This record gives sequence, structure tokens and C-alpha cells, in this order.
Amino acid sequence: MSYCRQEGKDRIIFVTKEDHETPSNAELIAEDPDDPYEEQGLILPNGDINWNCPCLGGMASGPCGSQFKEAFSCFHYSKEEVKGSECIDNFRNMQECMQRYPELYPQEEEKESSPQADSDSGSASAAPPESSTLTPETDSTPGPDNTLPTDNQTVS
Amino acid sequence: MLKCRTVWRKLAPLARASSTVCRQNVRRTGLTHGRLPAQVPAAHMSTGPTGGGRENQLYFLLVGVTCVGAGVYAYRTVKGDQLRYQDRIDEISSRQEKFNTENSDTPSESEPVLAAESVEATETQVVPKPEPQAEPVPESEAEPSPEPQAEPLPEEPSPPVPDAEVEAPSETTEPPLAEEPVVEAPPEEPAEPHAVPVVEEVGESTPVSLKVPSHTPYLLIGGGTASFAAARSIRARDPDAKVLIVTDEPDLPYMRPPLSKELWFSDDPSVTETLRFKQWNGKERSIYFQPASFYINPEELEGAENGGVAVLTGRKVVHMDVRGNKVKLDDDTEISYDKCLIATGGVPRNLQVMERAGEEVMKRTTLFRKVDDFKSLDKVSRNIKSITIIGGGFLGSELACALGRRSNDSGLEVIQMYPEKGNMGKVLPEYLSNWTTEKVKREGVKIISEALVKSVTCKDDKVEILLKDGRLVKTDHIVAAVGLEPNVDLAKSAGLEVDSDFGGFRVNAELQARSNIWVAGDAACFYDIRLGRRRVEHHDHAVVSGRLAGENMTGANKPYWHQSMFWSDLGPDVGYEAIGIVDSSLPTVGVFAKATSKDTPRAATEKSGTGIRSESETEDTATSPVASSTPAPSVEQHRDDYGKGVIFYLRDKVVVGIILWNVFNRMPIARKIIKDGEEHADLNEVAKLFNIHED
Repeated sequence: MSYCRQEGKDRIIFVTKEDHETPSNAELIAEDPDDPYEEQGLILPNGDINWNCPCLGGMASGPCGSQFKEAFSCFHYSKEEVKGSECIDNFRNMQECMQRYPELYPQEEEKESSPQADSDSGSASAAPPESSTLTPETDSTPGPDNTLPTDNQTVS
Repeated sequence: MLKCRTVWRKLAPLARASSTVCRQNVRRTGLTHGRLPAQVPAAHMSTGPTGGGRENQLYFLLVGVTCVGAGVYAYRTVKGDQLRYQDRIDEISSRQEKFNTENSDTPSESEPVLAAESVEATETQVVPKPEPQAEPVPESEAEPSPEPQAEPLPEEPSPPVPDAEVEAPSETTEPPLAEEPVVEAPPEEPAEPHAVPVVEEVGESTPVSLKVPSHTPYLLIGGGTASFAAARSIRARDPDAKVLIVTDEPDLPYMRPPLSKELWFSDDPSVTETLRFKQWNGKERSIYFQPASFYINPEELEGAENGGVAVLTGRKVVHMDVRGNKVKLDDDTEISYDKCLIATGGVPRNLQVMERAGEEVMKRTTLFRKVDDFKSLDKVSRNIKSITIIGGGFLGSELACALGRRSNDSGLEVIQMYPEKGNMGKVLPEYLSNWTTEKVKREGVKIISEALVKSVTCKDDKVEILLKDGRLVKTDHIVAAVGLEPNVDLAKSAGLEVDSDFGGFRVNAELQARSNIWVAGDAACFYDIRLGRRRVEHHDHAVVSGRLAGENMTGANKPYWHQSMFWSDLGPDVGYEAIGIVDSSLPTVGVFAKATSKDTPRAATEKSGTGIRSESETEDTATSPVASSTPAPSVEQHRDDYGKGVIFYLRDKVVVGIILWNVFNRMPIARKIIKDGEEHADLNEVAKLFNIHED
């Protein structure tokens, strides 16, 4: 059984695992996925890419930022059967640029980022909070500036 | 105007004198008239042949002389001013000639710099002249004015003739502006400073200032976490944006939390040089957000096709001209901007008794904040026997634990003293603060609580701290961690409001101070829609507010909404994450997991102190609990073991702050509860949402 104590203005409750087994009856306000104030995931409600998503790390803002944006946009809006098949040139530009900055874009990791982004942008069209499921994979995002996913958008 | 005033001043006494004489005469005549109306006026007229005659003559003479004198003086003054003006113009043009002879030596250097403003640097005078006109504001009127800023002209490489120069302004000036009359009036037009964007003060300074762009679309003052987050945000949203960061530190932007945590736990002896630390996932990284290759050189900024982020180190912004949208650095260089962010952070506070204590004590004191402070403290701590940390908050406690750990190897005595009853006394409720203090003691730290420092002296190469209650502490070195003073030096020149309650620049919910100026990080006292006006000095807040400011600088207009979090690690057993207003003076409700006999001493506690725990994705998060090998939990299982739990801070029955005590990866739930701002009848029910019994 739980045990409760009061020390002045502070209340202390000790609870066992059993005490917490019954589901909570605390009410939380429903989320509005289109709330403009909220931190957006990778894909905005209108379908655009959120370049400022923390999950992208420094990719869109570094020296190869414009190449990355072009490549990824091309892929995102691609309607081909093999998505992104017409974007080879863009990706090649991006790769060339990244090779010039090996410190920022370690070569062995860079290969992972594009396929990762591919697979996740598909699922990312779901509610914005879920788009951050991208984040667990992109922790291998190139660069010392690793952007590890944060829990902030993962609703557990 | 001024002339008239001076002239009047000179005339005034004379005028007064003559007017009194006048008045007296009038009165006399009036009175006489009044009293003796029947009398023949002729006999009493002031201009009669007798009596009044001499007086009147004198009077006329006086007035006449005065008028002549005034006339002469006025004429002289006007002439003098005209001469002075001419001299000034001549001087300016001669100065310009001197510059041109210098400039001819370094044409290539000035080229890239001036490229943006005067691309065609031709020999003719006339062609470069239209350049200043191309500026957004018709500041050509500024050219003839006797101001040093009239040096837009230096841009032309050809040596202009002094007269031609004087004429040229009238030539190139737009018809609406009549030069001469404009010049006569004191040239105080607000439009004038706009001439400066064109100018780089090249004529006066050495090639060093050539490296500094004279104009940047985005100027970020301060080179810390908030600034870097803003730079990244701007670059992400505004394609090809050109961002200039100006910092007075010699380092590129870096993160501060490892300076008091991870870097101290590193096994690498060269850690003070490399500044690399190991994260929770075993991967190493540097405290610098990005290596130097990420940034471009300031002198390349203007010409960069795809823009970039440039960092100007070792320069301090000393003056801000909001009307003119420009700042002045400590070497007199001026940089104009379109949008500006102030992220100046703060300087560590010092105790007044320490400041009065003298040179010897100051030499043995560290105010800890920057990389250099870390390096010097690391060195000092290896060579001394005893060190005292004054302050019981985050920084003080973390440093005490870090140094305490070292003391196991080196025999260093680590003392921590503070006025509160326990560590983190202003943050944690009393019972938890006491518990934390016990943990810190176990790290090898000698705690002196309820200690108010009365005086500090240096005796026999030892520092003696005398406390108000009479205790005396002898030590070799002091680290003062007693708070941060937000840096609001620019408030005066920029005319920005400073908050009297929290300190820092007062900004609105969108972090805006004035039209083109935003403030983020430690220095920003902002309006939090949910929690009210506050100022937050945590790392994640710097990232969140920096990012938000960057978004708003590129047109987003979003208010502060995503709550930032903070965390702290105090030794291997105590680690917590927190969000919102966490003030120990608020009533709290703590829900802790009670250990039952069924619990095994399993890996439940996270191994703290080995990772950066931050919500924002610019860092790594310590997510997975690492198996703890200590069997201690099972032995200490009694009711008052605050192993893990959730603590709610209430204000008017609404939860405004939450601490997750040794419970991780639940920050989104905490954030949601605070965002809702609801009154919950039973907080135990709310605590259920956190699943504290599970990992």
C-alpha cells in the first residue's frame, strides 16, 4: 500500500508497483496536430519539409546545406515509381560536396543518411509527432554534431 | 540659431539697460501727464530743449552704439562660420587624398571587401558617385556634412580633386536636396548614419578591419549556445543566408555542460587540449558544436554564393545604434545589419567580500564559466592540497562532485560551502536536498552548510575564509559559483529595456526586444505564455530560445511555447531531469517508487554523469539505463529511500514544474502536463502516467 507523509508544505507519497497498476484517471487535453506553436516534426502539416527540424541536425544548415535541401526536396516530391530515381544528380552533387568536408560528414556514415531519410519520410506523413520516429535512425547522422533523438516528441 | 542666441545674450544686458531707461522715461512722462494734466505738455516733454535734453541725447547715443555693435558682431560671426566650413571641407578632401595614396598599395585586398558596394571601381569620379545613391536611403546629403562618415567617397580608387569633391556632391545629389542650406543647419538628420553601411572606415584603420564585413544580413552578438542554435535555424530557413557571429571569446561556439561534468570524468590526460568527452553511447565528441571547417571566414561572408556562418572571435560589441541598424566593435569597426540577435549570456557573479579581499585572494579565485576557466582549474586542482567551492547550486554541486571524485586519487581536500541547508537548496524540497547532500558527501566532499562568508584574507600563502558564525576555513584555492550576472552592457546604447526583477533584456513572448532585435539565452527575460515572465539559465533553454529567435528572425513569429528542460548529475547515484519552474519555495508533491521485498537489486538506476541529457536534438540523449552493479539498493531499502520518482511543483494548484528523479525518457509526458496547465485533484493519478516502476 502506498504511504504518505507531509513535511511542511511538501507532500511525499511512496507507491508500490501494484498501486500504479490501475490506469490513470488523470485527464490530459487532446493534442492539436496542426497547432502552429508546437514544434513541428520533419514534415509540416502542409506537406513541406521542415528544414529546421532538430532531427536533421546540421544537414540543412552546413556548407552542403543547399545541395542537401535540393536532393531531399527532389526526393520528397518525387512521384516516380521508384521514388527519387530522377534525383540521382542531386544526390551526387550532395555527395561530392560532403566529400569536401570529411570532418563534418564522416564518409562511412553518410551513406546511411539518405536511405534512412527515404524510408522514414514515407511514414512521416502520419501525425507530426510520429515523424520523429525518424530520429532514432538519424542519430548516425554525419558530423560530430550528432542529433540524437530526443524524447520530446515521442509520445510514450 | 545658435548664433542668434549668443548674439542675443550679448545684447541682452544692453537691451535691458536701454529698455529700463526707456521705461523710466515713459513712466515719468506718464506720471507727469497724469498728475498735471492741465499743464502745458510742451514744458514737460522729454524732448524739450532744456532739462531732459542731455539725458535723451545720452540715451540715443547708447542705443545707437549698441545697434552698431550688434551689427558688427553678427557680421563677424557669420563670416567666421563660413570660413570654418570651408576649412573643414578642405581638410576632409586632403584626408581622402592621403587615403587614396595608401589604397593604391592594396587594391586587391580592398576589392573583395568593397565588391558588394562598388563593384566597378573605375578611375572616373562620376561613376562611383552614383554608388552611394544606390544605398537604400538617400544619404548623399551626408557627404558634404562635416562628419567623418562622409567617407563613402574613399571607395573610389581614383584620387579626387578637393574642389571637384565639394562640387561633386551637388552634382550627384538628387535635385530635391539643396546642399548648402542643408549643410548650414547642424547635420543631425537621422538618415545620415545610413551612409555608414557604405563606409567601412577603411581610410582610418589597418588591414585588420578589412576582414570584417561592413554589412551582414544577420548579426548575432555572442558566440555561445543560443547564438549557434539561432545560426543553424536561420540557415535552415533562409536559403543561402549569411550569418555573422561576433564573440569576445577566442573560441568557436561550444557547449558548457561538459565543462563541469563529463570533461572531469575523462581518463584522457590531454582532455584540456582536446576538449573531447565520452557520451553515454560510448561515442566521443568535442564540446565544440561544429569543427572549424563548418564555418566560413568573415571576409568571405559577403561573397559566399550559398551564404554561411562566419565567426569573428576576440571582438566585443561595445555600442549599438538601433536607429541606424549598426553596431560598433571595440576596435571601432562598424557593422550594419538587417536583423540582430543579442545572445551575450552573462558573467559569473562574485561575492562582495571577495572583491574587497584584494589581489592575493583574487589570484587564488576562479569564477567558473568558460573553457579557459576549466583549463586553469584543472591545472590548479592538480597542484594544491585543498580547494573550496562557494555555492550550493547546480554549478557548485557539480564541480564539487567532479573534484571530489578526483580527490580519491590525489588526496585533494574538497570543501563546499553555501548559505542554504543542503545542496540544491533553492531547487529541491528540503527532504530531497538533504538526501542529495548526503550523496555529495559520499563523493568525498566536505560540506559546510548554512555558511555565510564574512571576510576572506590571504595569509601565509593560504586563503582564510571567515564565516559569520565564527568558523574559519583554510584552503588553497576558491571556486566561486554564486550565480550569473546577465550581460546587459548594450542596453544603454541600444535603448533596450532591462528587467528589474530577473535581470536581462526584457523581451516579449516572441523574444523580440525591438523591431529588428531579438534576445535569446541567459540574457533574455522573456514572457512565457504558460508560466509567466522568467529568465532561464540552462543549456536546453539556450538551444530552444536560440532556435526560436532564429525562426522569428526569418519571419516565423512564433512565441515561446516548447518548454525547455534541464538536468543535473550529482555522482553516480543521483541524476534528474526537470522542466518548468522548479523552485523549492513552492509546495511540492513527490511520488516515489517504494521498493518491495519482491524487488531485486536489478539495474534500475541509470549510470549518470556520462552523457549529455538534453531534449533538443543538437545533443545526444542519455537514453538507455546502464546496468548498475551496486547491490546497495537492496540493502538500503527502507521507506525513505528516494530512489526514483516524480516531484510536482505547484502554483495555485496547477503544476508548473516537474522533476523526474532518476526516471528517464519521460520528458514528453512532463512537458504535456505543464503545457495543459490543468488543476489535477489527485497527483498520484498524474504520477501514474510516468510508469516510474519501470525502466
